[in-house]
Amino acid sequence: MNENDPQISQDITNLITVGNAFSEHAKMSMRNVNVFYADKQAIHDVSLDIGKNEVVAMIGPSGCGKSTFLRCMNRMNDTIDSCRIEGDFRLEEDDIYHPNQDVVALRARVGIVFQKPNPFPKSIYDNVAYGPKVHGLASSKTDLDEIVETSLVRAGLWNEVKDRLTAAGTGLSGGQQQRLCIARTIAVGPEVILMDEPCSALDPIATAKIEELIAELSQNFTIAIVTHSMQQAARVSQRTAYFHMGKLIEVNDTKKVFTNPEHELTEAYITGRFG
Amino acid sequence: MTNLSSQPAANAQTPSTMDLVNKNLAKRYRAEKRFKAYGIAAILFGLACLVILFTDIVSKGHSAFLQTYVYLEVTYDADTLEIDDINNPQQIAIADYSALVKASLRQQFTDAKSRKERRNLYGLVSNGASFTLRESLEDNPALLNQTVGVWLLADDDVDTYYKSRGDDKADAFVGRLVPKQVAWIETWITNQQIKKRFNTTFFTSGDSREPEQAGILGAMAGSLFTLLVTIILSFPIGVAAAVYLEEYAPKNKLTDFIEVNINNLAAVPSIIFGLLGLAIFIGYFEMHRSLPLVGGLVLSLMTLPTIIISSRAAIKSVPPSIRDAALGLGASKMQVILHHVLPLSMPGMLTGAIIGFAQALGETAPLLMIGMVAFIVDIPGGISDPSTVLPVQIFLWSDSPERAFIERTSAAIMVLLAFLITMNTFAILLRNRLERRW
Repeated sequence: MNENDPQISQDITNLITVGNAFSEHAKMSMRNVNVFYADKQAIHDVSLDIGKNEVVAMIGPSGCGKSTFLRCMNRMNDTIDSCRIEGDFRLEEDDIYHPNQDVVALRARVGIVFQKPNPFPKSIYDNVAYGPKVHGLASSKTDLDEIVETSLVRAGLWNEVKDRLTAAGTGLSGGQQQRLCIARTIAVGPEVILMDEPCSALDPIATAKIEELIAELSQNFTIAIVTHSMQQAARVSQRTAYFHMGKLIEVNDTKKVFTNPEHELTEAYITGRFG
Repeated sequence: MTNLSSQPAANAQTPSTMDLVNKNLAKRYRAEKRFKAYGIAAILFGLACLVILFTDIVSKGHSAFLQTYVYLEVTYDADTLEIDDINNPQQIAIADYSALVKASLRQQFTDAKSRKERRNLYGLVSNGASFTLRESLEDNPALLNQTVGVWLLADDDVDTYYKSRGDDKADAFVGRLVPKQVAWIETWITNQQIKKRFNTTFFTSGDSREPEQAGILGAMAGSLFTLLVTIILSFPIGVAAAVYLEEYAPKNKLTDFIEVNINNLAAVPSIIFGLLGLAIFIGYFEMHRSLPLVGGLVLSLMTLPTIIISSRAAIKSVPPSIRDAALGLGASKMQVILHHVLPLSMPGMLTGAIIGFAQALGETAPLLMIGMVAFIVDIPGGISDPSTVLPVQIFLWSDSPERAFIERTSAAIMVLLAFLITMNTFAILLRNRLERRW
């Protein structure tokens, strides 16, 4: 942020979230979340609901903690030794961080798509079939074929790859790879899909395709998406959460955030004064 | 620029920037060329050494693949052999066939009168010749009391003389041969009773005190069994250790301590591992000496650090995004490792393992400690038969006084190199198969 700007160089320690962070039909609800990397606090007391079949966009300047928060929602940060998480994460009624909560089962319900397309170095078919195989979702080869086809159709990739399912997934173009990753995620049949800047490595045409896909997927899935592009947030999401230095500053309907933000930090960010 | 044009005098004295750059550029190109030349020189030096080494080994060793044989008319005389019942295999087995050879030699060279001269005469044919005669009689009992011409293995002194002779008698290496023996050999040469054949003995027998009967098969089998034990033990253990250290071990002092120790073990002289094996496997566990099993255990200990270090590097090089992708789909840690990390790192692991096994194949010092330096004639049939290995066999032969062992030493080196190249080729093919092309 720009320290010389008197309007926004203010103390953020006492900031509270403005707008409407909660939802009546919450699919996931996070309360009073604090995340630390070793001694450094990355998330300060964030509470947020993701409503059922809703697309929530998380925006904010680099290093504001939005990706960290997203990764905590299906415990991907468990793999980082120095990461310590406090607060309450719930998927419907289930406590995500309960000691008895099985991470494997959780990730079957909360899938994730990463920033960089990361297909396995296997065939397209095997990429999509991997999740169902691991979870034992298909009882026969025909079953598995069907899951693979449905997932690829829903990810809008079927027509492009149906003739070369045995070709390498890594041989596809960047946008196709990312849609393959989405197909791979929905093949497991999750309830929530987390997307961590899914279009930041893609060209505008591929981005447009993914955005269309997100709109379609929101009919069946609950989606939380981290994005650097405010236009993208405006296009795909119903609600937008603005993060700033580890704090959740404002959550509101996307239209309101981009036309009439309540908080001056949000306004400063969306008008491009920093970020 | 206007400044420069208005002061041509100053311009002439102080060169322009481009001139300076160009001048420097030529210097830089020269330096670049020199730098490249150093590299080429280093490679040429290495290649030259390799060519000299191979030329030396091949020029000394190629003659060992041929062996001198002598043609003699041998009579399977029943009385000399003391065989009265041709259908009794025991009589055939214990009969004195060397007497037949001696009789044949006496018959051809009647000038050998004294006891000493006769001994010299008998010494021209290897005592392995009697085995040849026995085998042919066992195969064909009808030969009894017949006179047939057979090619018999010549003694190593004859072999050396004949091989070194060429066309001119004067070039020949006489060695221990007395003039009379040389004369007899020359008679054979004139009669065309002597010739060189492919040395099958070298590839089908074990060690022997007699160079013409010494073979490499025992040492090859010993090396094979030892290496088999090494591979079976050290590869899985090394990979398992690497997987644990990379994927599961907590980052603490103990892990650091283990890591430092593994790195140190990789630099420990191999003879120390031999002493360790002697103390533990033979001293404490009371295993027998000279076994490929013990050799394999010792070489496993020696190879493990190399395999662990290279496997860890291979595991580290698997992109974290692949792990994230599998974890994000709900794969357990073990599934991530088995389905993604190990297949992707396997080529790298194999590369390290190949280096380790090649080192183990050529290792001599630790095996001396555990008694694999023994003189063993029998070809080992398993990991619990006493045996020696190729490098130790080379060491033993290079120490032998007989001149014929010099060429056999070089030939054994060639066999070891061929063994090594075969093994590496196989491993590289395997690695290329596993390496994903996408």
